[in-house]
This record gives sequence, structure tokens and C-alpha cells, in this order.
Amino acid sequence: MDLSMRQVRRLGASALEGLDATLLAITLLLTALGLVALYSASHDAPARMSGQLANLAVAFAAMWAVSRVPPELLMRAALPIYLVGFLLLVGVALYGETVNGARRWLHVGVTRFQPSEMMKLALPLMLAWFFARNEGALRLRDFAFGAVLVLVPVLLIARQPDLGTSVLVAAAGGYVLYFAGISWRVMAAVGLLGAASLVPLWGLLHEYQRKRVLTLLDPSQDPLGAGYHTIQSTIAVGSGGVFGKGWLQGTQAHLEFIPERHTDFIFAVYSEEFGLVGNCVLLLLYAMLIGRGLVIAAQAVSFFSRMMAGAVTLIFFTYAFVNMGMVSGILPVVGVPLPFVSYGGTALVTLFLAIGILMSLRRQRRLVPG
Amino acid sequence: MYPEAAQLKDRERDLHRFQLRVGIAALAVLAAFAVLLARFVYLQVVQHEQYAARAEDNRISIVPLPPNRGLILDRNGVVLARNYSAYTLEIATSRLRDLDRTLAELAEMIDIQPRDRSRLKRLMAEARSSDSLPIRTRLTDEEVARFAANRYRFPGVEIKARLFRQYPFGDTASHVLGYIGRISQRDQEKLEEAGVAANYRGSDFIGKAGVEASYENDLHGTTGFEQVEIDAGGRAVRALSRTPAQPGNDVTLSIDIRLQRVAEHAFDRRRGALVAIEPATGSVLAFVSSPGFDPNLFVDGIDPANWAELNNSLDKPLNNRAIAGVYPPGSTFKPFMALAALELGKRTPRSTIHDPGYFEFGGRRFRDSKPGGHGTVDLMKSIVVSSDTFYYMLANDMGIDAIAAFMKLFGFGARTGIDLDGESTGVLPSPEWKMKRFRTPEQQKWYAGETISIGIGQGYNAYTPAQLALAVATLANNGVMMRPRLVEHVDNERAGTRRLIEPRVVRKIALKEENVEFVKRAMAGVIREGTGRRAFQGAPYTSGGKTGTAQVIAIKQNEKYDERKVDERHRDHSLFIVFAPVENPRIALAVLVENGGFGARAAAPIARTVLDYHLLGKLPEALAPASTEPEDEEEASD
Repeated sequence: MDLSMRQVRRLGASALEGLDATLLAITLLLTALGLVALYSASHDAPARMSGQLANLAVAFAAMWAVSRVPPELLMRAALPIYLVGFLLLVGVALYGETVNGARRWLHVGVTRFQPSEMMKLALPLMLAWFFARNEGALRLRDFAFGAVLVLVPVLLIARQPDLGTSVLVAAAGGYVLYFAGISWRVMAAVGLLGAASLVPLWGLLHEYQRKRVLTLLDPSQDPLGAGYHTIQSTIAVGSGGVFGKGWLQGTQAHLEFIPERHTDFIFAVYSEEFGLVGNCVLLLLYAMLIGRGLVIAAQAVSFFSRMMAGAVTLIFFTYAFVNMGMVSGILPVVGVPLPFVSYGGTALVTLFLAIGILMSLRRQRRLVPG
Repeated sequence: MYPEAAQLKDRERDLHRFQLRVGIAALAVLAAFAVLLARFVYLQVVQHEQYAARAEDNRISIVPLPPNRGLILDRNGVVLARNYSAYTLEIATSRLRDLDRTLAELAEMIDIQPRDRSRLKRLMAEARSSDSLPIRTRLTDEEVARFAANRYRFPGVEIKARLFRQYPFGDTASHVLGYIGRISQRDQEKLEEAGVAANYRGSDFIGKAGVEASYENDLHGTTGFEQVEIDAGGRAVRALSRTPAQPGNDVTLSIDIRLQRVAEHAFDRRRGALVAIEPATGSVLAFVSSPGFDPNLFVDGIDPANWAELNNSLDKPLNNRAIAGVYPPGSTFKPFMALAALELGKRTPRSTIHDPGYFEFGGRRFRDSKPGGHGTVDLMKSIVVSSDTFYYMLANDMGIDAIAAFMKLFGFGARTGIDLDGESTGVLPSPEWKMKRFRTPEQQKWYAGETISIGIGQGYNAYTPAQLALAVATLANNGVMMRPRLVEHVDNERAGTRRLIEPRVVRKIALKEENVEFVKRAMAGVIREGTGRRAFQGAPYTSGGKTGTAQVIAIKQNEKYDERKVDERHRDHSLFIVFAPVENPRIALAVLVENGGFGARAAAPIARTVLDYHLLGKLPEALAPASTEPEDEEEASD
């Protein structure tokens, strides 16, 4: 062995170099908590644990790789990535594979691929690049164009239909617009216009579509159908109480009352077993993650970095809030996973890539003196 | 100012503006998380108990353990109703989206006939809403295996091992045994009224007729309960606690199934009834309502085709003629009239009348069945040859009130109290009865002429064969009326206890011994030399009987009844009552053959066959000894 202890240490240090320690620690804690919950949710399918560990390895590698890419390179890649993503979405609309009534997948070689997932990061990247190009001279026209860049992929995704992803993508785009400095007045106007357009839109809907929307808003109207998820997950959360039923002791989860309990509804499993205390820990970790992200944004040196860091950070927030909101019954059920906790490779890779981007942006600040 | 400085200032302003927005975003995030936290507190603290209870409700299910139904046995321990276990394919129709599609898919694996479908439809209309209903019963092992492999495709469809009722003797004794059927909405209401609905939570069946219904409380047993943890699919994961079911009690009948078969065979599917009673105890030895039906058809829900056949048949096989059918007793009424005459001093054994073949009253001629009459007739002869004229006069002399009061003692016009449901009261005619029965004063009035035909068992007289049998048995038992009963004892197999259904005296009629003896002798004369002679030729035992022929339609005055000219269903009913042996009667019975014509011809031979078997053990030729075995086994050995 000619590798001395020092060399190993130096190698390790260079590998970790540029990984924001705070961000990394929070992410790892969340991931660990996720594995604990997943273990309980996977009592019937132990293979899921090793599957998730493999996903994590891939996601971690992706994070590490992106964290060493300088933001300038990210900027340069923004337009091509966006265009590729857009073309893939069009491809899905034309040639996509339909699974469970939704056309979301594209066959690439041996594996299937969800282009909409890629838009979660490609869109904010594109917008941040676009606004950064016109830094200091942003006019309403630019924001309008930005809005078009947002709306086109969002509508394509919503048509698949994939409400969850379209919400996330739209939010990601919206955050960039917000951090780019779109005026409050325009935001208020758009908001009012949107609210006002709901009324005539409602009249255009078919009866069955209206019913579907109403069920989305009030699940108790369809307790055995669409409302079943929410009702059962609410019972799981509520029955957890302050301290929870204990790890692996959740009856709702273990007796299979909770559907999709290892993916979108894993929070119900966690909450039933760890109670209010566990929920507070989870909320705190997310708050710390978001806090750290916002600090990175606030301290970022370039306009691009600021927008990108802010938007990416708020994506984490959107994931966490929408997921916990729907599991606890205050938001309609849309397919949004709990970040770093839910089972699933695609979401993990996206999330860790986002962490990687934050780290890259953070590194840029340290590399640029002053 | 230098442009660079201005630019710098702009940048700084932008940075501040950005940082303000970051701060606002942070506040928004905190606000959103606060909303979540509030929601968690609401669910997990404020509403915790409610949700904990709902989770527990989800988790724990009380599964009723239905008890095994008790057996029904004949007096010798031969099993008449038993249970067997079979696999059924059951469907929770309320959990299905598209029943027809599910059935079509099931039919690919399992033989489902149109019959099964129509039966399911019928069950759906009747069943309690919570029930899962059978599509197919008695699945083969292969079908079970095929479905098990495809079970995941059919939520709401399950294979269950169920106990089924089986009546090994088929239609033999069907009106005694009755049948069980699925608990209907109406049964459910009755159970709830009786406060026993909980005991039926796991039960699918209930006694609907016969002993199955009247001894339902004994046969059903006590439902056990199991607390189980269930998963979201309703499947039991593990048992938490268990209270086993108590099986129903076994009911042993007084019926001798071999005698019953002999009696039913003698009817040869003719319409009619027979009730044979052991006079000293009231035990019913044979109880026939012919034609019967196969109670096995009802066990898992009768299919509409069979139901229609049973219901629409002109022979009305579902009517229990023995207790629900009412018929004029015809001349079988005469021995009781004679006894009344002696008891009330209206006649003595020596008093005679002249029978010209008719009795004239109020300008109306009541004809005797024998043209020209029987000449000089005393009390003995009046019974032996069955003189109508004698009883026209006697009835007229006694008056309706005296007749009604006396006949009431023998149970005429009252339920016998036999342990079956659905008994008719019949009609014991009297002025009071007429007052109650009719509306207008014109109809309510009792006419003296109406009394005349009462004397020969016609007119308003209408009794069930069971009443007639009870009356004969009471006479044979010297006026001591025993409550007729079909069940001897009820056994609790597990506890080893037995409840005897004790013989019960209904009443002791105060009768002079010599009067009873006289009537019995007269009835023995009927067999020896009278209207029953031919049927009982060569019988090595003594017996006392009386034939009867009851008019179904009124024959106009001056018109002669000609059997050949009368529609089959308007022919006279054939009746016969008998007890034997005369000295110490072991059996008393009444036979009725609907539209059988003269009593001596149709009814008496049936009685003879039954007595021959009961007293001598003699089987009719057609019934080989082997055929006392259950029918299904007979078929299997073919």
C-alpha cells in the first residue's frame, strides 16, 4: 500500500471539497429519516430498501458531479437543456407511452423516461439564464416572454395529465419570475385575472369534470374512490397522536389502509408512527434546508445564481408543503413526493441534482474573491 | 457621477430588492409551515381520539362465527336433516361496479348456468344488504383451484366453505321438516323485533317452514364471535380473541321415517293428507301432506324455475294440507255425533228410526246417500252402514248449540297445538260463528235447516286433517286429549343434556265409559262388516274406523251425484278415520284424499297400509327393505 493515511485524507478532502457541509448534513439527515420511514412502509416488499439505496447512490453521484460544475457552464447549458426537454415533451405528447391512463413516459432504449421530471430543473435554469442575459434592463416584455417559457411546458405536462408535476414546474418557473424582480403590481394583476377567469372556465367544464374538481377539493364526497386516500391518510396522521404509535407499529400502514404508502403517502406512515414530535422534526429539517438555501441565494454573487438558488430552494418547499398538505388533508391529492423520503429514483435524482446546483452556486461565491 | 458608480448603485439596489424578496419568501415559507403545524396539532392533538378510534375501527373487525345447525332425527335416530360442508363462490354485490361483466369473467373459469344467474338476481332482491350472495354452490376442487389462482382479478368475490343443509330423504316428510332458506328482509325484521338479530349476524339461513321453522330457536345455536385484525382488503390478518359458536340442538321427531315413507308411498302423489297419532301420548307417528316437495331445492336459494313450478302447480305441493287445509269431515263426523247423542241422552243404543232414504225438513228433502234408505236403523247400524237420515234427525233433535258445544270438546274448530306453524282453525259451525263470520243480518241468521247437514259432517263444517286425527285419538284414548307433538326431545350434544317434550294433557272430556265403548264397538263394526270391510279384509288386528265422503260442490235437489260426470277437482273428498287395536289403541289416524271419491275406496286402503306397517311391520311390496335408505344413496348405488 503506497497510499499513506495523509494521501487518503487529502483525496477525501478534495472529493468533499465544494460540498456545502450544512446543506449536506441536512440532506443526509432527511435521507436517513426517509429510510427509517421507508423501512416501515416496505414491510411487505423488503427489496424496496435495497432499491432505494441504489437510487440514493445514483442520486448522490449526480449531486456530487453537478456540485463541481461551475455556474457559467450551467448557464451555457440552459438553452440546450430546455430545448431538449421541450422537444421530449412534444415527443411524449405524440409518441408517449400511456401508463394508468396518463401519457407521461417515453421509451429510451431499454428504459422509460419522464421528460416532465427534467423540466423541474430545466425550466428555472432556462429562465434564470434568460433574465440574467438582460440583467438590469428587464422590462415587462421580458417577463411576458418568461411567462410563455413557463406556460408552454406546464400546459404540455398538464395535458398528459400530470397535475403534480405541472404544479411543481409552474411553481419553479414562477419562483424565477419572482426572484427576477417582476413587479408586485403585475403579480397582483395576474393573480386577480387568474381568479376572475375561473368563473367563465367553470361554465365551460363538463359535468363530470366539475365533479372531479369538487372531489379534489372535498374528498369526503367520494370516500371509496378519490377521497379514500385522503381519508385514510388523515386517519393515520390523526391516530399518531403526539408521540406516535412507534416505529413499525402503525396499523394504518401495516394493514395496508394507506395506498401508495411508500411513495406519495409515506408521510402518513411516518406521521402515524412518530406523531406530532416526528412531524416537528421533519418540518424543522425542511425549514433548515430551505433556510440554508435562501442564505445561499441571498449571498450569491451573480444575478443568475441568486435567481437559481432562490428558485431551487423554493422547489424543495413546494414539494414538502404540497405533499404534507395533501396527506394531512388540507390540499387536494396531486402526485407530489415527499422530498428525500418517498421511494423513487427519478424524484431522488432531481432533488439531489437541485442540491448539487445549490452547492455549485455556493462554491462560485467562495471562488470569486470579494 | 460616473456611469460605473451608477451601475454599482443600481446593482446594490437590485441586491437589496432581491434580499427583500428572499426575506418575504422566507416568511411565506414559515407561514405555510405554520399552517401545516397547526393542521398537525389539530389532527394529532385536538382530534386525536377520534382518529385513533377510527384507526382501531379500521383495524379490528368482529367476525361472527355462525353455529352449526342442529340435526333433525326421526324417532329411531335416522338423520332427516343434516349439514355438509361445500365451497361456494360468493359475491358482495354492493362492492362490484359491473356485476354482469364480473359474472361473464367468472364464467370463463367456473360453470355458471343461466339458472345460477337468475337465482342470484332473485337473492339480490330479497337479501339483507350486507350479505354476500352465492353465485355457485358446491364447487368442484378444480373450480376452486382455478378461481384461487385468479382471485386477485375479482375483488368482492370470494370462495367460502359453507355448511349446507341436506335432507337425505328428499321429499319424504317434507311438510314435517319444512326447509331453511336465506334470511330475507322480512325475517330480519322479525329477528330484530324478537331481539335476537345479533345471534344471526353470521347466519345466512333460517327455518322457513315445518320443524325447521317451529324449532328454529333450538336448531340455530348460538353464534360465536372472533375479534380479528383486518387489512384494508377486509382480509383477516390474525385473530385477537375468540368465543366459539355453540352448535344448535338436535331435534328428535316422534315420526318414524319408515312409517312416513309407507304412508307417503300409499298416497302415490295423490293430493291429500294423513296424520297418525299415538293416542296415549299425542306423539305424531306419521304426518303427510301430499304431494310434498324436495326441501333440498330451497337450501341455497331456490331458482325461479323450480319456484314457479312449485307455486303454480295445481296440486299446490307447498300447502301443508294436514294442518292448513280445511275440509268437511263428511261421515267421519258421525261417531262423534253418536257419542254426543249418548252423552246428552238424545239417543240410547236401543232407539231406532226408520230410514226411507231421506229426511224432510221445512219442505226440503235431505237425501241419504243410499237411495231407498237403510230401513230400520239403530245407533250401532247408523255408524256401520253410515246412515245419513239417522244423523239428519239426530242433528235436528240436538240442535246446533248442543252439537257445537260437544264437538268443541274434541277439538273441532280449534288449533290442535301441534308444534308447527301455520295451523288453520277450521270452522265449527254455530250461530255465534255465523254472527262473527258474516256482515248482513240476513246472512248472520242461523237457519234450523242448516243444522241438518251439520249432522253428517257437511254444511259449514270445515276441519283440518290434524283436527280430525286428534279427535279420533282423543276418542281412542277415552276422552283424554293429548296435545299432538312432532318432537320427542331436543338434545344439546355438547352439554349432554336432553329436553323432553313431555306428553301434555289438553283436557279430559267427562264421558261415560259405556258410551265410549259403544262408539268404539260401532267403529269396529265398520271395519268388520260395514263400509270399511273391504279395505281391512284379513287384517290380523282389530281396529275401529269410519269412512267419510265429503262433498266439494253442492248437489242440487233432485239431482244425482255422478262421479263420472263431475270434473276431477269437483269430485268428493275421500276420508277415513281409524284407530287400532281397538282394545288398546296404539295408533289413531285420519286420512284425506282430495277428490278421491268414496272414503272406502281411496282413503281406507291408505290407512290399512299404514296400520299394517305400524302394527305388523309389513311393508307394501313396492317398498323393498333397502329403500328405507336415503334416496341419494340409492341413486349413488345405481
